[in-house]
Amino acid sequence: MATRAPDRPAAPPGGPAPRSHRLGRRGLLHRLDVKGSPYAYIAPFFLLFAAFGLFPLAYTAWVSLHEWTLLSDTQEFIGLGNFATLLQDPYFWNATFNTLSIGVLSTVPQLLLAIWLAHLLNRPLRAQTFFRITLLLPNVTSVVAVVVIFSQLFGRDFGLINWVLSWFGLGAIDWAAGVATSHIALAVMIMWRWTGYNTLIFLAAMQAVPRDLYEAATIDGASKFTQLRKITIPMIRPTIVFTVIVSTIGAMQILAEPLLFAATTTGAGTMVTGGFDREFQTLALYVYEHAFTNFDFGYASAASWVMFVFVVVVASVNYLLTRRMRGGVG
Amino acid sequence: MSVTSRLAGRSGRTGSAAARRLTYLSLLAVAFFSAFPLYFSVVVASRHNSALAQVPPPLLPGGNFFANVARVFDTVPFALALLNSVLVSGSIAISVMFFSTLAGFAFAKLRFRGKNALLVMTVATMMVPLQLGIIPLYLLMVKIQWTGTMYALIAPSLVSAFGVFFMTQYLSRALPTELLEAGRVDGCTTWGLFWHVVIPAARPAAAVLGMLTFMTAWNDYFWPLVVLTPENPTVQVALSTLASGYVNDYVLGLTGTALGTLPLIIVFALLGKQIIGGIMQGAVKG
Repeated sequence: MATRAPDRPAAPPGGPAPRSHRLGRRGLLHRLDVKGSPYAYIAPFFLLFAAFGLFPLAYTAWVSLHEWTLLSDTQEFIGLGNFATLLQDPYFWNATFNTLSIGVLSTVPQLLLAIWLAHLLNRPLRAQTFFRITLLLPNVTSVVAVVVIFSQLFGRDFGLINWVLSWFGLGAIDWAAGVATSHIALAVMIMWRWTGYNTLIFLAAMQAVPRDLYEAATIDGASKFTQLRKITIPMIRPTIVFTVIVSTIGAMQILAEPLLFAATTTGAGTMVTGGFDREFQTLALYVYEHAFTNFDFGYASAASWVMFVFVVVVASVNYLLTRRMRGGVG
Repeated sequence: MSVTSRLAGRSGRTGSAAARRLTYLSLLAVAFFSAFPLYFSVVVASRHNSALAQVPPPLLPGGNFFANVARVFDTVPFALALLNSVLVSGSIAISVMFFSTLAGFAFAKLRFRGKNALLVMTVATMMVPLQLGIIPLYLLMVKIQWTGTMYALIAPSLVSAFGVFFMTQYLSRALPTELLEAGRVDGCTTWGLFWHVVIPAARPAAAVLGMLTFMTAWNDYFWPLVVLTPENPTVQVALSTLASGYVNDYVLGLTGTALGTLPLIIVFALLGKQIIGGIMQGAVKG
């Protein structure tokens, strides 16, 4: 308003015409503001996400159809050649097996434990905040720290875990050397980092369940465990489905844990192979090996795409399984 | 506190004393297993390598911590790594807070065509396995000569789908529509509303989002490992150099770990209540 005042004396004596023109422009600006601002405000998110998220993901498909390395400037189109080589590589299938094995070992016990812990926390307790903060400490710890710490705990000769196991008469286990033992060690690290986080997600969902359902069940004499099975789990199913999907997608992409576990136990030379004999090389690590140590980008992109298909398939199967769970529980 | 008392008020005391004791014991056991590995890393970091060969292993801190810290700084450029990490995580946190509040305001309070579809798209993008696009992202960084620089870390993380969703949730609940209408009547433009009404109202949630984002960025490992060099690292890259280059020197690795992790853990222990509240709010969908 204040800026418009000095205009007035300068306005031609013509009268109303310029004034209405000015009002019209103001109205237009106002409409533009109301209609256009929302798009302008969400645009940064979508543009940056497209540029650094979606575009690279899609471009992987293009790279995968080429003989594409860091060294040569030209890229030769070879169609599905990379895919044909990939599907015949036993190391690729070994990595697929390892990924599924570590994924199941880490995700299934983790989610069951998280539901149970959330169930325990979802009642009047002293020191709620203390328990919640301690549960989330592992999630604040970086992957690197987790693996460095647990590599020490899982040490063959002087590790704390072998020491505890020796009380029960078990001999020193060389955790990183075996397929089963290394998968268990990695699953423990992943569980340690993520159980508390998922517990809080489940707890948030459980607190939204109407209390009178439990009161009615208590009057009917239902035990806490029956209440968990018959009321809580059916009521929080959407959250369970969501968590299962997110955990599955995460588990299919496990990379930092095996990479660092190899680096701290079997040595830096085995970082990308996941152990001397690829005992715990995951799919993501297989991609990493081909992309960033062999610099064979075309081949690694093909592996990325097959991995993407696996992620979608496994996530869909789990989605259908969790949705159908109802029959078994309620 | 408020949650506890509310719960206590609503459901009263149920279950026998023995059952309650079992609940506490289970939770205490879990709390122990959550905290022990971190405690143990501090124990190792304050000792000499020879202590690790003892049976039973040492369970109390020793007096060697500062000597070990000095060794960390001699072995890797740790001061530079700390500076880089603060710079990268800080920039990302500020940017995510700003763009998420902006988009969250539009999604929560403004009317426009295609709003619901766009919001669903935003939530769906949280499930896209972006790690699989890392090769073209790397090629892009090579092309624009950003490899080895902090730009390569900041640019891809400037926005976050989780952040947009989180702020949308918060603003649709906490920002009264009447306040915005009053602002409009007073002649505020949309930008004026954002600046004078939305930002003050968004502050508590934005702070939580900022802390969560800072922590995620601080702990990020894979992409920095790919795109940076050991000479100009972030904390996590420096830690992995320490841990992988000196396989048998666990004390050095764990001292670095303690240095890189403890500041974050302390901040978290102090502000944990708010952060946990934020995580749990983000978990429940409208």
